[in-house]
Amino acid sequence: MAIIEARGLRKTFGKTAALDGIDLNVEPGRILGLIGPNGAGKSTLLNCVLGLIPYEGQLNVVGLDPWRARDRLMREVCFIADVAVLPRWIRVWQALDYVAGVHPRFDRTKAEAFLARTQIKRTSRVRELSKGMVTQLHLALVMAIDARLLVLDEPTLGLDLLFRKQFYDSLLNDYFDRHRTIVVTTHQVEEVQQILTDMMFINRGKIALSCTMEEFERRYAELTPRPEAVAEARALNPIYERQILGRSAMLFDGVDRTRLSTLGEVRTPSIADLFIAVMGEQTTPVQGMAA
Amino acid sequence: MSTATDANTIAPDAGARSETAIRPTRPFYWSVRRELWEHRSIWIAPLAAAGLVLFGFLIRLVRLPHVLITVNGLPPMKQSLAYASPFAGAAAAILVVGLIVAVFYCLGSLGGERRDRSILFWKSLPASDLTTVLAKAFVPLLIVPVVIFAVTIATQIIMLLIGSVVLAANGMNVSAIWTHWPMAKMTVAFAYLVAVITLWYAPLYGWFMMVSAWARKMAILWAVLPPIGLSIVEHIAFDTSWVGDLINYRVGGFVEEAFASLPNRHHIVIQTIDPYALLAPEKFLSTPGLWVGLLFAVAFFAAAVYLRRGREPA
Repeated sequence: MAIIEARGLRKTFGKTAALDGIDLNVEPGRILGLIGPNGAGKSTLLNCVLGLIPYEGQLNVVGLDPWRARDRLMREVCFIADVAVLPRWIRVWQALDYVAGVHPRFDRTKAEAFLARTQIKRTSRVRELSKGMVTQLHLALVMAIDARLLVLDEPTLGLDLLFRKQFYDSLLNDYFDRHRTIVVTTHQVEEVQQILTDMMFINRGKIALSCTMEEFERRYAELTPRPEAVAEARALNPIYERQILGRSAMLFDGVDRTRLSTLGEVRTPSIADLFIAVMGEQTTPVQGMAA
Repeated sequence: MSTATDANTIAPDAGARSETAIRPTRPFYWSVRRELWEHRSIWIAPLAAAGLVLFGFLIRLVRLPHVLITVNGLPPMKQSLAYASPFAGAAAAILVVGLIVAVFYCLGSLGGERRDRSILFWKSLPASDLTTVLAKAFVPLLIVPVVIFAVTIATQIIMLLIGSVVLAANGMNVSAIWTHWPMAKMTVAFAYLVAVITLWYAPLYGWFMMVSAWARKMAILWAVLPPIGLSIVEHIAFDTSWVGDLINYRVGGFVEEAFASLPNRHHIVIQTIDPYALLAPEKFLSTPGLWVGLLFAVAFFAAAVYLRRGREPA
């Protein structure tokens, strides 16, 4: 059974359609990255999945209608909205007590064991912790919950490199297994590229591209052609070309890699580059490295 | 070989989930605990009021000889009033502080979690909006009244004991203080007063919580100004004061509805009138204003549940 199943999911705010007919099927054991520019509808989609907002169309999450059964859904689904949602007044032990008191699948010893590996004191208030520590605390709470679906919406926003790395390491090593499913949105695409099994580009409320990472690697290739082979490479119709230090880097869709390797160096492109290639035509200026 | 190990490592894992003991949970209880963690003013403010009252009372005891000369020179009625006033004053101070705490609690109860975005954390846990709102409603409807009652009675008992000791130490008649303030009866009467006020104000609490769930900011202004504005408009337009009367009735009407009307309220003297004679529970329970108010309270709390469900962080 699919963990998330959506058919023609729509959500409008006034006259603008934040979600414009999304079809989605997420099987157990997948790690799906949702990638899109700001305002593309990623958070709206997650909010629908989590039962935070009503929607039109069909949506099933772990077999439940999220909007009608949010509290039951939350026994099977965990989410970290972003680093700043733990209440600032709460003490670490209170957070543990509360989650243990309301969540039937929370394993307190697991959370305590995770916290023991950090600098977090049980008596500290959240407002006294650094941003990185707050994330560690939230992660400790969430990873101790035996959930089927974990939803992460910009979970590492504003964290420094070290904490971001730790965050995904913990997630993969201590949490993820083949029976769990993770959906993540992030602007730091490079960091999650290695852990994703599936990716999906969203733009203007629609799915712009959706594929597994195997398909992604099979289909897309980035070529840095030797200077004399540039023209020949261009003749193969790259979907995107950019200049790095005076050399061209071209992105190809569905061109045989062995063919490309005769022209220069071939690599698997980064999702970020593909994003710019695919979305660049559709969006007005993409900010920086946006995803 | 490798498939065998794979199967072995997966199998226990696969079973693990369904076998994970589903622990019993108490979402309502923990939601109430959570409110008390966050809003410590619920019990600190009444305790602070009690501390101030006791401080004032101690100063009064230091001035005791002077006080007694004045008091003994009074006619018996006023004498009784002089004995009783510190106790009544203590009750009034703690009651008013408790009610202020309850009102401000309600005004912030559903807006605060949206402002600091912690609503996203609370909603990520299996506690329904109904449970959450009921737990929040539980605070002004039960926790605050119980705190008001307990703190007041404890304060009055301390005052009685200290007062008795000081009177005895000065070789004066201790029984006067006990006859002028019949503690047992006053405890019952005060419990009645607190219960009456809580039931009477339930729709106000509900209104404040609903506004808190709805308003993006400044819930207090949204809660207070529209009714006042409405009454001004009504007054100007129709020369009537229906809205104003309604507000007055809801704020102070319980005095008329729940207590016996005495010919001369100003001279209620504890010694001469049994405090029980003032309580009129049958009258209160048969007041339509009580039941209509409770209906409104239920409607407001239901609206708060509905609003919290669809509200996004501000």
